[in-house]
Amino acid sequence: MTPPLAVFFVLAGIGAVSLILQKHPIHSALSLIVVMIALAGLYLLLGAEFVAAVQIIVYGGAIMVLFVFVIMLLNAGVEEHTSISKMAGAPGLLLVVALAGFVAATIAKSTESVQATPQTGQIASTIGISNMLFKDFVYPFELTSFLILVAVLGATVLAQREKS
Amino acid sequence: MVPTSYYIFLSAILFGLGVFAFIFKRNIITIFMSIELMLNAVNLAFVAFSQALGKLDGQVFVLFVIVVAAAEAAVGLGIIILIARNRQTLNVERVDLLKL
Repeated sequence: MTPPLAVFFVLAGIGAVSLILQKHPIHSALSLIVVMIALAGLYLLLGAEFVAAVQIIVYGGAIMVLFVFVIMLLNAGVEEHTSISKMAGAPGLLLVVALAGFVAATIAKSTESVQATPQTGQIASTIGISNMLFKDFVYPFELTSFLILVAVLGATVLAQREKS
Repeated sequence: MVPTSYYIFLSAILFGLGVFAFIFKRNIITIFMSIELMLNAVNLAFVAFSQALGKLDGQVFVLFVIVVAAAEAAVGLGIIILIARNRQTLNVERVDLLKL
């Protein structure tokens, strides 16, 4: 494990834990930004430069700005926990441990076959992605533009103040 | 070369933390952020497998996931603004209009 890789791994883990531990939503949002930047670094180390750039621009930039903007717009304060929500933590933790155990067991069983495959990794990533996106996946790609149009219209209609 | 399983383990951990935050958190915005965390965890698995198998399909899928996440964030935050305006609260336990 090289030093930058370890740093990004630790940053992602710490950010995710901090998202849970922080009481104020704005602190949680900043923790999530740390996770996203760390993941962008991991994508770079994995040789996915384009995805790393999109991760920082779209996730770290656009989406998180939207979150921070809404938090400030609604003046969100410290979250309050009732006794029921504290009780929800115990079965939640149990569920997460079970889920993690299941995933770990599955990985431990199947990791050999993945590692055995030859790692080419020599494809020019961005050129290859654009080739696939505009040849093999051109219909899904066009559909996403429609999806974004519908989402923008929906968000506008939802957040609109009623006229009456 | 780092084994792919490292990345998959990190992805599983992030996803698990996202699920836990989704259950444990009470602020509707933080719950929404934990969904984004889960999407990010899945993206990491996609990219790791894409690199391990030497195919770019995974990275193209990540782009689609990011587009859907952006659309989802726009609509979701619109709904959150609507809830905050109608119920004057961001606590999901106070949003109980459907409860008997």
